Amino acid sequence: MAVTSLSPPPVPLLKRLQKPRIAALIFAIAWLPLMAYVMAGDQLGDLEQYVLVPAIPAVILLYLICMAAFRESWIALLGATLVFFWFFIAVAAPYLPLIDPNKPIAPFTTPLTEKSGFFFWLGTDFKGRDMLSRTLWGCQRVLVWGVTATFVAYVVGTAFGLIAGYISGWWDEVISFLANVLLSFPVMVLFIVILNYLGPSGFNIVIAVTFASAPAIMRIVRGLVLDVKTRDYVFAAQTRGESALWIMVVELLPNVRGPIIVDACLRLGYTTVAITTLTFLGLGLQPPDPDWGLMIKESAKTAMLFKFSYMLLIPALSVSSLILGFNLMADGLREMSLRD
Amino acid sequence: MSMASDTSGGTAPAAQAGEGTSQIPVLECRNLSISYFTRAGEIPAVADFNLTLMPGESHGIVGESGCGKSTVALAIMQYMGRNGRIVGGEILFNGRDMRAMSEEELRLLRGSQIAMVYQEPMASLNPAMRVGDQLAEVPIYHEGASKEEALERARAMLESVRLPEPERILRSYPHQISGGQQQRVVIAMALLSSPKLLLLDEPTTALDVTVEAGIVDLIREIAAEFGTSMIYISHNLGLILETCDRITVMYSGEAVEVGTVEDVFEAMRHPYTRGLFASIPLPGADKNARPLIAIPGQLPLPHERPPGCNFGPRCDYFKAGLCDRGEIPMLPISGDDRHFSRCLRIEEIDWHAGLGEGIGKVATEKGDVVLKVDDMTKHYEIEEGALFFSGEAKTVKANEKLSFEAREAETVAIVGESGCGKSTFAKVLMGLEEATAGKVLLGNVELGHMPVDRRGPETISKLQMIFQNPFDTLNPSHTVGGQIARVIRKFGVEKDEAKVQERVLELLDIVKLPRDFALRRPRQLSGGQKQRVGIARAFAGNPAVVIADEPVSALDVSVQAAVTELLMDIQRENRTTLLFISHDLSVVRYLSDRIVVMYLGQIMEQGSTEEIFAPPYHPYTEALLSAVPIADTKVTKRHIVLSGEIPSASDPPAGCPFCTRCPYVIEGTCETEPPPIREFQPGHRIACHLSEETLSAMQPVIQIGDGTEKGDKGDEVSPAAAAESARRSDA
Ligand code: SF4
Ligand code: SF4
Repeated sequence: MAVTSLSPPPVPLLKRLQKPRIAALIFAIAWLPLMAYVMAGDQLGDLEQYVLVPAIPAVILLYLICMAAFRESWIALLGATLVFFWFFIAVAAPYLPLIDPNKPIAPFTTPLTEKSGFFFWLGTDFKGRDMLSRTLWGCQRVLVWGVTATFVAYVVGTAFGLIAGYISGWWDEVISFLANVLLSFPVMVLFIVILNYLGPSGFNIVIAVTFASAPAIMRIVRGLVLDVKTRDYVFAAQTRGESALWIMVVELLPNVRGPIIVDACLRLGYTTVAITTLTFLGLGLQPPDPDWGLMIKESAKTAMLFKFSYMLLIPALSVSSLILGFNLMADGLREMSLRD
Repeated sequence: MSMASDTSGGTAPAAQAGEGTSQIPVLECRNLSISYFTRAGEIPAVADFNLTLMPGESHGIVGESGCGKSTVALAIMQYMGRNGRIVGGEILFNGRDMRAMSEEELRLLRGSQIAMVYQEPMASLNPAMRVGDQLAEVPIYHEGASKEEALERARAMLESVRLPEPERILRSYPHQISGGQQQRVVIAMALLSSPKLLLLDEPTTALDVTVEAGIVDLIREIAAEFGTSMIYISHNLGLILETCDRITVMYSGEAVEVGTVEDVFEAMRHPYTRGLFASIPLPGADKNARPLIAIPGQLPLPHERPPGCNFGPRCDYFKAGLCDRGEIPMLPISGDDRHFSRCLRIEEIDWHAGLGEGIGKVATEKGDVVLKVDDMTKHYEIEEGALFFSGEAKTVKANEKLSFEAREAETVAIVGESGCGKSTFAKVLMGLEEATAGKVLLGNVELGHMPVDRRGPETISKLQMIFQNPFDTLNPSHTVGGQIARVIRKFGVEKDEAKVQERVLELLDIVKLPRDFALRRPRQLSGGQKQRVGIARAFAGNPAVVIADEPVSALDVSVQAAVTELLMDIQRENRTTLLFISHDLSVVRYLSDRIVVMYLGQIMEQGSTEEIFAPPYHPYTEALLSAVPIADTKVTKRHIVLSGEIPSASDPPAGCPFCTRCPYVIEGTCETEPPPIREFQPGHRIACHLSEETLSAMQPVIQIGDGTEKGDKGDEVSPAAAAESARRSDA
């Protein structure tokens, strides 16, 4: 029997790029270099200068894809614009004509003044380092560690949620009990305990965030799975003799994906707050490299004077805009998912 | 968009309704048009709808999903939501235009003059309030009655809707009573304000047949007793026949035929109405001699309706240049009482020609026994009411000593209502549960104690299942082709990737779906198409036995016929054994060779289809046969309405499971002793304490007459059985 051709009709380029696989590939091109740059910049050697070059067009392309995908919701568009602004700055920072963020030049220069041959748009801090440059560079670490930590938390939380929800029985009892124990600690206390024990570093922040967020994620996924697993297609898979792993990954996971993505955007916001707070408390990323939490911490004392409050306000507003971006994106995505 | 209303105004039923009657209609819809406004623009839901309802009349509205019947009801209640709007015509209640009424007037009207009963009783009940308080609110609010007086009226009303123990129900919360009781409470609540008009929107669709029969009976009595006018919306023609005087058939947002129930059922004058009747299994239909005829094609989407006749693309009599020219008015049928049809070729169509007779199919020879169920028993242990300590362990007898056989190429129907244990049985068969005792033999492999993870792919592929809910049967995240291919690969039917893909396309051909559906996702498919994919998936592994769990009950009538026929054809082709689980005796009669009737986990009666439908009957079979609504005016039925509800499977009666509702219960015997199994013919077995003579002396429940006698007739219960019950019962 002749097999008719199954090639789909031609679709516009942007539409085609929205296909999950292609979009994921573009995201990887943008994200992996940034991650390498921030987490292991020292080991990269000469490569460090060039590694972020391919990420720049990838971020722009990704932004366009999001614009096309979110065109139904202006809230999501606004959110994505804020998030992508910082994402773009993060990958482009090394190539922007910025003053070295760690070089003390002229302490306590107020914004929009010229001093020592440099024009400071946003002034300098108490050590005389350029605020503009520090703010823009500072987004790298928050973004990379925030996203990584949230991602790891999601992988762990989703895996346990699938097991608790689908296999249930003893697994469920044990996992739910552990989750309840972890959830009974105030999040900040949990962070402080873990980081005090493990010592402050980016990787330990990932571990702390995972401990603090995974239980809640696990509960969301478990609830969704309990609903989806009663569907006939799951029953069909069971009667076909599929293994539990296959059912969890292929039959269940894709159908709980929607609400998880919305929740992930919200949680990215929380994690950003948490990381900034931890750095502020001295438990997170360490000086001297620029980081928003660090900038707030360092300027906390000097900013008491109204004249120098910009040192605190600028990084604070930057954090807020990123968090707002994540939250708006979550709202917009939820709104869109409710429509169809 | 131009409305059809201008053209049809002169011939509308409304214009002629008043003639000869001095009464004002309770409700009149004149050229009503309703649209929904969405981001995509205006979507016309109902166009040019006319209806005249005289006092005391009951009017049925039938149509398939998406035809606009519920929209009409919502418009009458003026519950259009934010984006629905009446864009033309008027609704007169007692001669006053409802659109001119103020919000306040409407609110009063809705509470006291118009009441509505929805499909889902819990939609109208407050879960946090006792039934008594909710019912009492109505007289208190509308008539200023005192609390005592109101409660007394509520109690009396519960009695008139035939609820046993009204006192107890007044004190219960809605979730403490069963679905059938909830629906009776909702009807009582509606009646308490003594409305002039009662709107019933599929009031029994969520209920079991024998419970439904009770509610339908009640609705009929209400009409007679209170003189309430009713609008009864349903997809089931049989129910309309049992409850209504007049009927409107809707298709794609329009009324296509209106008339008295007799005229429309016996002398229909619209091709769609005729198609609808040809696609439901009436007692005369037979899968070999007179197969069902589905209406080809699909309902058009509201914004893609064709020019001219909406039914045009699916109509056999379509005439280009005539039917597609412009809006078609409702045309009167001369000689009949206010009978109208929206068809231009009424005069030219031969309405007496049978539809598709002579496409008879050859009956298949049955082969050897493929599946043998022998004393299969499945009990569950549940612990009740304990948080920390183990409570009293209870045994749910989900299946009790089931024994039957199924042969190659045979269709065996398992009939029963909720709680009868058919889903547990399916689970044991599919290997998701292990039998407590007894055997299930597929060929010579024992399956009852072999869970699915110990069955080889060979065994698993021999036994497949088709599910009830088309929206649940396919995984929404994967393509149709991918899901079928998975089965083929999993069962090792084909190994080579190209061959797998080819087989997928072949299977799509077999279930008559276009090949490019392989790349689609389930949400792009209609319910009937999804069900076809479900069938393709079940047959992908060349199974010997397929269990079909109500495969068509969630589909629209015209689609049901097509899917049923498809299933039959594939079965014939592959000589598959089909276990058809259903509650609908009409469908079962049409397609099965043998029937197993189950109640509360036990087999009450089994035999060939003819044996089940003719006396001797088991008392439960008798009631079930009487309960199924039949859309045929020529059929007369003995009228047996069971009282009460199906008991919970966790607490079945010790003797005969049916003893709590059986009209012939022999007190002192049936409650305590399990009934003996009597064999009348080889393979026809009845489990009942009544003697063989009594059972044999039963009268047929369904009789096909010539249509001259209307309605139910004959004795309600079987006299011989009633006599034996009286004689043998303890004093
Ligand atoms: S008007 Fe034409 S297309 Fe429409 S139902 Fe009548 S014959 Fe068929
Ligand atoms: S007569 Fe007795 S044994 Fe027979 S069905 Fe009725 S209750 Fe059961």
